[in-house]
Amino acid sequence: MHIPKLFQKLYSFYYDGFTKMTVGKTLWIIVFIKLFIMFIVLRIFFFPNYLNTNFNNDQSKSNHVRQELINKSN
Amino acid sequence: MELMDVSLVDWSRAQFAMTAMYHWLFVPLTLGLGVIMSIMESLYVKTGKEEWKKAAKFWMTLFGVNFAIGVATGIILEFEFGTNWSNYSWFVGDIFGAPLAIEAIVAFFMEATFISIMFFGWKKVSKKFHLASTWLTVLGATISALWILVANAWMQYPVGMEFNPDSVRNEMIDFWSILLSPVALNKFFHTVLSAWVLSGLFVMGVSSWYLLKKREVDFALKSIMVASVFGIFSALLLAFTGDGSSYHVAQRQPMKLAAMEGLYEGKTGAGLIAFGILNSHKKSYNDSINPYAFKVEIPKMLSLLAYKDPNAFVPGIKNIIDGGYQTHNGVALSFEEKQARGKAAIQSLANYQKAVNAKDTVDAALHKAQLKENYAQFGYGYLDKPEELIPHVPTVFYSFHIMVLLGLYFIALFGLVFFFSYRKKIEQAKWLQWICLWTIPMGYVAGELGWAVAEVGRQPWAIQDVLPLQAAISSISTNSVKITFFLFLVLFSVLLLAEVRIMLKQIKKGPDKVV
Repeated sequence: MHIPKLFQKLYSFYYDGFTKMTVGKTLWIIVFIKLFIMFIVLRIFFFPNYLNTNFNNDQSKSNHVRQELINKSN
Repeated sequence: MELMDVSLVDWSRAQFAMTAMYHWLFVPLTLGLGVIMSIMESLYVKTGKEEWKKAAKFWMTLFGVNFAIGVATGIILEFEFGTNWSNYSWFVGDIFGAPLAIEAIVAFFMEATFISIMFFGWKKVSKKFHLASTWLTVLGATISALWILVANAWMQYPVGMEFNPDSVRNEMIDFWSILLSPVALNKFFHTVLSAWVLSGLFVMGVSSWYLLKKREVDFALKSIMVASVFGIFSALLLAFTGDGSSYHVAQRQPMKLAAMEGLYEGKTGAGLIAFGILNSHKKSYNDSINPYAFKVEIPKMLSLLAYKDPNAFVPGIKNIIDGGYQTHNGVALSFEEKQARGKAAIQSLANYQKAVNAKDTVDAALHKAQLKENYAQFGYGYLDKPEELIPHVPTVFYSFHIMVLLGLYFIALFGLVFFFSYRKKIEQAKWLQWICLWTIPMGYVAGELGWAVAEVGRQPWAIQDVLPLQAAISSISTNSVKITFFLFLVLFSVLLLAEVRIMLKQIKKGPDKVV
């Protein structure tokens, strides 16, 4: 198939699909709000990766976890 | 054990449990309803009858609602791993990371590609291509579940890895033994089948509502027939894989099995509790108080199910702590012996690092060998007393028994509905329609209870025998976990309400208007 024609077909496939949605529109709004809350609000402000935030490289991360594992058994 | 904030572990556990339980409200309907709508579309393609197309499109709409609301709710669990359970995440990174990465790349993109054809392509692609896309969407969702369940099974039965004391990580040495571990395979089939059963109940319940309202009768009758046949098939296989689960639990997590049955003193030819009430006066594994206030037992059945031998010895909680009984691996170690080995392993880890820092290769090799020798009991080094090994018995016991009773009830219900449907009497059987309608929530309850058995039953372990929760947790503030707990509670509750509201609206509209 001719490449530009393929893209044109794909574009019209998705364009028609999205514009003719009924309940789908509400669902997409919910999905976007949910993803925004999860990835922008929760992930950044409430769920920093503990090791990535506090340590710069794998060596310091493994040293920290090793020390934690040793200390927690005492 | 160093002084630690116990409430941090409890709140982190509660948060993880809440997130996982909410996530599991969405997942099973996606897995099961996907198969039912695919079957209906297959019937449409085979027969050319428009009513099957209408049925497939209607259930597809409800599938879409559930999929959209539920999608990505599981990602929160990964956030929690990185923040609350960072020791665990580091410790298992390579093993846990691989299945999750495959899940994200292969399965997610597979779903994302074909789901658009499924929803947008009815008039754009051929019937067969559309049907293939529908099945591939469902297959993608199921493969997603496979990888997550493989990761979970590894935590229950860690195989295919070797601990590297330099990186302090478990490194994958055998991908196939992780993927094809009998626990992983059984867990996958058992979990997916439970989703299929739930979806059968859902379709029967919603269709019964139409019959009660005397609406969409032909559509409802067809849907009930498909759902009841699908449900019988799924529920019987579910029971079969449940039997497989009990066998694997007996071999690899005997404490979980003992808690499931409230079995404190082991016995040969142990009976299965068909119905029982635990004695609330029993406070210790070591007292002589009868653990049951009341029980109805099937003789020798527990031995038969757990060890395929009606006269096999099934260890109770006390035996597992005291050790000394025969297992397939030799004589069971006592708690004290395992604890000593665990402490030796942790000490070897510390000594190994000291030797490496001192560039003493001989000493390092010696400590590394000692660590390897005792690594199977590594986690016991964090436990102070034997009671810490025991999961909350009432939660596990009642969850297990209610789940099993519900499973048997579902088999009977599917059979009954199929019988009435086959005899063309279902339309008149109002009582059965009401039962079907009110059984929908029970399908969800059974699924959640199943996870409670699997996860509460393996406490105190994050990774069976290797890492308990208190060693897996990050050193973070309890307050931050409390705040995010309530944030999630609100977020998930809103999502759930939105799902129920949109779904009810679509159901009330009925297939004619929705399609």
